[in-house]
Amino acid sequence: MSLDRVGIIGIGQSEFRSRRDDASYPDLVREGVSRAMADAGLELDAVQAVVYSLSPDAMLGIGNAERLGVDAVGGRNKPFLRINTGGATGISSVAAAYYHVASGMFDVVMTAGADKIGECGDSQTVLNKIWDPSYERPLPLGTINMLAMSGVRYMQQYGMTEEDMALVTVKNRQHASLNPKAHLRKVVTVDEVMESRYISWPIKLLDCCPQSSGGAAIILASETFIRDNRLDAVWITGLSHTAETYWMGDRMGVNPTAEHSGAHALGRSFEKTYRQAGITDPAKQVHVAELYAPFSNTEFHAIDAARLVSKHGESIGRLRDGEFSIGGRIPVNPSGGTLCTNAIAVTAMARVAETALQVWGRAGAHQVKGAKLGIASGNGGDHQIFGTMVIEA
Amino acid sequence: MELLGRQEVWNITYDHALGETASWFYTRIRDEAAIYGRRCAKTGRVLVPPRSFSDETLLPTTDWVKVGPAGRIEAFTMVYEKFNNLPEPPYAFGFVLLDGADTAIGGYFRGVDLTDPAVAAETLAIGTRVEAKFAAERTGAMLDFWFEVAG
Repeated sequence: MSLDRVGIIGIGQSEFRSRRDDASYPDLVREGVSRAMADAGLELDAVQAVVYSLSPDAMLGIGNAERLGVDAVGGRNKPFLRINTGGATGISSVAAAYYHVASGMFDVVMTAGADKIGECGDSQTVLNKIWDPSYERPLPLGTINMLAMSGVRYMQQYGMTEEDMALVTVKNRQHASLNPKAHLRKVVTVDEVMESRYISWPIKLLDCCPQSSGGAAIILASETFIRDNRLDAVWITGLSHTAETYWMGDRMGVNPTAEHSGAHALGRSFEKTYRQAGITDPAKQVHVAELYAPFSNTEFHAIDAARLVSKHGESIGRLRDGEFSIGGRIPVNPSGGTLCTNAIAVTAMARVAETALQVWGRAGAHQVKGAKLGIASGNGGDHQIFGTMVIEA
Repeated sequence: MELLGRQEVWNITYDHALGETASWFYTRIRDEAAIYGRRCAKTGRVLVPPRSFSDETLLPTTDWVKVGPAGRIEAFTMVYEKFNNLPEPPYAFGFVLLDGADTAIGGYFRGVDLTDPAVAAETLAIGTRVEAKFAAERTGAMLDFWFEVAG
């Protein structure tokens, strides 16, 4: 841990939509970059290194598209590397940028990326290819049915119902209606969610995230640079990543090393992150949370893993009571979250960006009043690579 | 202004080698209609599908253990949506802990009426006993077997 803190000094995000036919891929990357640079009030020359946020190539349809992104991030003559941890990519990229600064080797580092998932007609085909060709790919696995199976186990262990899942969508859509950058902003009712068609039982259409297009960028700087240049900042005070087994079938059965109903390694990652930030009782100390949850059911195990409740499964009743809505005890996904916007390469970066904006008091209509300490998470791979962060004013 | 697009299709061929462990596993499925796992000598865990090493110890697994054909459902889902390049819906699949195994293996559930999702979900509830069934003509592949509710 560096003695000098690392701060966030600039944030840029697109208004996420299904498609952006007006913009090429580098145009979208540049959109996030130029907004973040303007937010930080810095010239591009001040950025000393770039961490590029890009998840599976096939989703975008351009092999190693970070090459195409070099120009859009002003990467010429600068250290440049790509990060890919699947759905966690965006938070992993912020973490990598953090380590650049915390090492003392750089004062100002940018992370940026974009995605155009709305252009991919076969996203579950692409995601089926994340399974190994030896044993699992012959099955019709995709991320939806992988997390449907997590939901089935969560139902069995903690009594979650399909109505409970619908309440997550209702809450997040309500939140997204206040956030002009969110993709799905139409409020929905429990009945509308319940009446939407089954995709992969128990997940229905309105329990699913959309396929979004847009860009995002975050600029990080050392405390010394921030102080010397009298910049405004919020601070990353804890961060971690934790992985667990690739094999989904090892997360069930006899004495599993992790449990597929939950997000075991996400819990481990939060433990380490809280310890670093000096948080001993997250349910009391956290004011706002942006937790990666692409399907309604997965928000419950994310809340459990973040220990915003005292035991696994307690999130169900607490959500029913409105504790995770804006105005509730700890608003979860006040931006609308991944459930309302999913441009995969930058989705977990948006979790960090939104948490930072909240503790900065700059979130706009979806601002959580008085939020000074927030948490963010990202989930990637075969529900197996998790990144977490604490951000404070 | 008029905005233009381009449709692109990726169609890439790979000839994947399965390695010794999966090759042995699949030849037994093909020739014996039997499923085997690999035991980790240190932890005693029987890994199904078999792997050449244990992720807990990083030691090589040491022996083959015949498992199943009966087992219990650990996870399931019924898919009702059509996805390009994936099977025609509806279908049910999930993970089964075969008798003698410590980890679950994926497979289709066949012989279940999927018309009413709520009824199908009861039929496939976690803990339900199932049995692996094998195709008469086997090629040495995952789809040579599937699961049916034990009756």
